[in-house]
Amino acid sequence: MSRMPLPYNPKVLELFRNPKNLGKMEDATIVAVAGNPACGDMITFYLKISDQDIIEKASFESYGCAANIATASIVTEMIKGMKLEDAWNITWKSVAEAVGGLPSIKFHCGILAVGALKRAIRAYYRNKGLFPNWLPGELSFEEKQALEEEELARILSKRMRTEE
Amino acid sequence: MIENVKELLKAHEGLKHEVYLDLENSSVVPKEVIDAMMPYYNQRAYGNPTLTHKPGWEAFETIMESTQKTATFLGCKSLEEINFTPGETEANNLALMGTAFSMKDKGKKIVISEVEPINVLHVTELLQKYGFKTAKIPVDKEGFINLEKLGEAIDKETVLVSLSAVNHEIGTVQPIKEAVEIVKDKNAGTIFHTDASDAYGKISFNVKNLGVDLATISSYKILGPRGIGALYVREGINVERILEGQIGTQKLWPGIENTPLIVGFVKASELAFQNFENNVSRMQRLRDRLLDGIFERVSDVRLNGSKGGKRVPDNASVSFLKCEGEALTIELSLTGVYVSSGSACTRRILQPSHVLVALGRNFEEAHGSILMKVTRYHTEEDIDYVIDVIPSAVERIRGITGSTGVE
Repeated sequence: MSRMPLPYNPKVLELFRNPKNLGKMEDATIVAVAGNPACGDMITFYLKISDQDIIEKASFESYGCAANIATASIVTEMIKGMKLEDAWNITWKSVAEAVGGLPSIKFHCGILAVGALKRAIRAYYRNKGLFPNWLPGELSFEEKQALEEEELARILSKRMRTEE
Repeated sequence: MIENVKELLKAHEGLKHEVYLDLENSSVVPKEVIDAMMPYYNQRAYGNPTLTHKPGWEAFETIMESTQKTATFLGCKSLEEINFTPGETEANNLALMGTAFSMKDKGKKIVISEVEPINVLHVTELLQKYGFKTAKIPVDKEGFINLEKLGEAIDKETVLVSLSAVNHEIGTVQPIKEAVEIVKDKNAGTIFHTDASDAYGKISFNVKNLGVDLATISSYKILGPRGIGALYVREGINVERILEGQIGTQKLWPGIENTPLIVGFVKASELAFQNFENNVSRMQRLRDRLLDGIFERVSDVRLNGSKGGKRVPDNASVSFLKCEGEALTIELSLTGVYVSSGSACTRRILQPSHVLVALGRNFEEAHGSILMKVTRYHTEEDIDYVIDVIPSAVERIRGITGSTGVE
C-alpha cells in the first residue's frame, strides 16, 4: 500500500479539466463497460456506428482517477471517424502516448480504456451476427487485462462480504 | 517527470485562497516553532551533547530540558522514559521490533487491530518472517476495537499488543484504558504499546493514567517539524535497540541527536498544551463547521468514524459517493484546497484504505473518501472557502462518473 508521486503531464491535466466527448449518448449503437467500481476504475463508452462500420460519434463516462478520465477521453477523440477495423488496432501504448505518457502505475488506465473499446467493437459485430476475418477469436491483451481487473474486484468484494 | 510537475504547479498560479487540510500527511510549521528552532543550528547548542565542550554541554542541557518538558506533557515518571526518534514510523518500528526482540523467548504472538497505521501493520508483517504471529482485532462500523475479541486474543504466548489511541484516518478515540486492563488481566506480562500520534496534543492523554507500557508521539502531527518523534518506554520495560551505532543521550536510538528538531517538537507541544482547552474547542468548532457545511450542501456523503465525543477534535473524514477520490483531490488542489484520499488510485495497488474497508464500508465509499484535518491556525474564512468549493468540485467529478458503476 505504498504511494508514489503522480506527476501527471499537461495533456492529462488538460483532459481531466476539460474532457472531450463526455457524457451519455442517447442514440448510441453500442455501449461497452470495463472495470469495476471496487477497483475505483471503470469506463463506459458510447459509440454511434454507421452502416459502413464507421464510428460517427463516441463519448464516455468514467469513474476513476485523472489518468482514467484522460485516457477514456483521448480514445473517443482517436476513434472518431475511424473504421472499426482500424479502431481495433489501437493499443494501450498508443493511447498512453497520445496523452503524453502515463506514470507506470497508471498504465492500467490506458489498458482499461482500450479493453472497453475492443469490447464495444466485439459487441457490435456480435449483435449483428457478423464475424469479420480481421477480428481475432482470442481475447486481446487489453480485454484479458480488463477481465483480470474485474476478477480481482470480485475477489475483493467477496472477501469483504465474508469478513462482515 | 520534473517538467510535468512544473506544469502542474503552473496550473495552480493565481490562486486567491489556499487551505491546507492534509495534516495527516505533513504539516505546515508555524512561525513560532521555526523561530524557536533556528538558533540551535548555528547560535547555541549546536554541539554533540555527549562531548566535553561548551556547545556540547549546551546541547545536553537543551535536550534534557526538552525531555523533561515532554515527560511532563505525557505524564511520565522519569526522564529516562522518553526516547526521541526520527519520527513516528521509527518510534513504532522500535516499539514493535524492539519488544519482539527482547521478548522472543517468552512468546511469539503480537496483537494489533485491523485499523492500525501502515508503520505498525507492515512491521508485524516483517516480524512474521521471523516466526512471530499476528492477530488482528476487528472494529465496528465507527472504528472502535472489539474489546471482547481483544480479550479472547490474549494468551500466554502474547508478548505485545499495539493499538492506536486515536485512529489516524477516521479519528476514532479508542478505549485504551479498558483495553490495557483487559490485556493485563489476561496476561500481566504482555507489553502494551499505543501509537498516540493522533492523540497527543488533541485529547487528554496521560501514560500513567492509561497504564500503557509504550507510547509513540509525533512532532508533525502537532504542527512541529517533520523528522522527529518519541517513544515512551515505561521504567522497567525492556525494549531492544533496532539500530546500532554511537549511543548518546538517547539510549534506544543511535546517532547524533538532532537538537533543533527536538526543540521544535517541544515548542510545538508547548503551543498545543498552553490553552489546551481553547485549542481543542477551536479545532472542534472549525471541524464541525466544515462537516456541517459539507453535509448541508452535498448529497450522498457519509461520515467515516464516530460522531460526538469519541472523535478527535481535528478529524473530518468523509466519503462522497459516485465520486472517485483521487480525481477529487486534484480538482480541489486546482482551487487551492489540499486534502488526501483513501482511494486505491492514490496507491500502488488497487485496494483502497484498509481502515475504511475494516469498517465494513463498501469499495465505492472507500474510493470516494477524503481526509481533512483542521488546526487551531485555520480561520472561519478558510473553512467557509472549503465549503464553497467542495460542492462544485464534487459535482464536476460526479458529472464525469455519470451512470458508470450504477448496477
